[in-house]
Amino acid sequence: MSFTENWGKSCGTTVGLPATPKGSRRPLQQVRELRERFWREVRVPGTGAEFNQNLEKALRVADFLELGELMIVDAYHREESCGCHLREEYQTPEGEALRRDEEYAYVAAWEWAGENEPPILHKEPLQFEFVKPTVRSYK
Amino acid sequence: MRFTLRIWRQKNAQDPGRFETYEVDGISPNTSFLEMLDVLNERLIKEGKEPVAFDHDCREGICGSCGLFINGRAHGPLPNITTCRLYMRHFRDGETITIEPFRAKPFPVIRDLVVDRSALDRIIQAGGYISVNAGSAPDANAIPIPKPVADRAFDYATCIGCGACVAACKNASAMLFTAAKVAHLALLPQGQPERRQRVQKMVAQMDLEGFGHCSNTGACAVECPAKIPLTAIAQLQRDFIWAHFTPDPYAR
Repeated sequence: MSFTENWGKSCGTTVGLPATPKGSRRPLQQVRELRERFWREVRVPGTGAEFNQNLEKALRVADFLELGELMIVDAYHREESCGCHLREEYQTPEGEALRRDEEYAYVAAWEWAGENEPPILHKEPLQFEFVKPTVRSYK
Repeated sequence: MRFTLRIWRQKNAQDPGRFETYEVDGISPNTSFLEMLDVLNERLIKEGKEPVAFDHDCREGICGSCGLFINGRAHGPLPNITTCRLYMRHFRDGETITIEPFRAKPFPVIRDLVVDRSALDRIIQAGGYISVNAGSAPDANAIPIPKPVADRAFDYATCIGCGACVAACKNASAMLFTAAKVAHLALLPQGQPERRQRVQKMVAQMDLEGFGHCSNTGACAVECPAKIPLTAIAQLQRDFIWAHFTPDPYAR
């Protein structure tokens, strides 16, 4: 239980909305430390050779930590603001979200490259044939 | 609030099992029964002991996963609710609470309070379906069904398959569960082609699994979280006899 609490505290304060460039590097470090600690210190009652709900929960936490790390990597690589996903260094002089469609109009599909290896980015471009994307304005 | 818990502990289906006593304290009256067990389990894990295994999923009374036999009643002392919707304010401070798994021969214990209820799935697999290609959604009112009939069919369709009817029954009968599906489909036009086969196959599977027969005590309907009425069982009995004595125009 305490692993998930730690993780929540790291994320809520730093990669929430809006994200800051300084803020987004810190949780990456934190989640890596947390994952390392998880595998070193986790104590799961029972064994894998029996009906074990605690093992099931521990595996879920492991999955969430791994996915959480990837989400931070993904968030950090996308150097733009997009709607509510505001990064403070990408905003118009008026404080509106600054999108960079010329660079980031793609879906990022990440490939697992092995333990402790950085994931490989595959770009799936977003092609609009009829409706061209525009920046939303609430004015 | 403080409680003494007598909990059934059983390592696996082979283990004879036994009651063990635990004390919990500082429980808010607004804690749900399952949350109270979470609190106990967190403590047991910290103490290096084996936590109590119990089934749970949605915790809002719709999935049918949770099911505990509490103080001699399926889903606890209140009628027509699931265990997850039972709160500690429904108990007296200092009370001793006995917690057992749903007991029935066709529900073998997997561990502690978790039982295997797949016998109910096999009853549904035997006939609780409509095997026509339904295609895409038909236009509204393309198949006219009178509102009261649709309402009744829906009432029967709300069964969540928790197995409380079996646990509450002195005969461990799965009649209310089986009847809910039989009655639901028997009321609708889509259910007619397989109506005779369905009731016969589902009752046969129910017997094969080792569930007992209904003796009309009505204990099932008192505990049923979906409030399936006993009229479902009447419908099943009627359909079963009718299917036996009338020729099936759909038979091959």
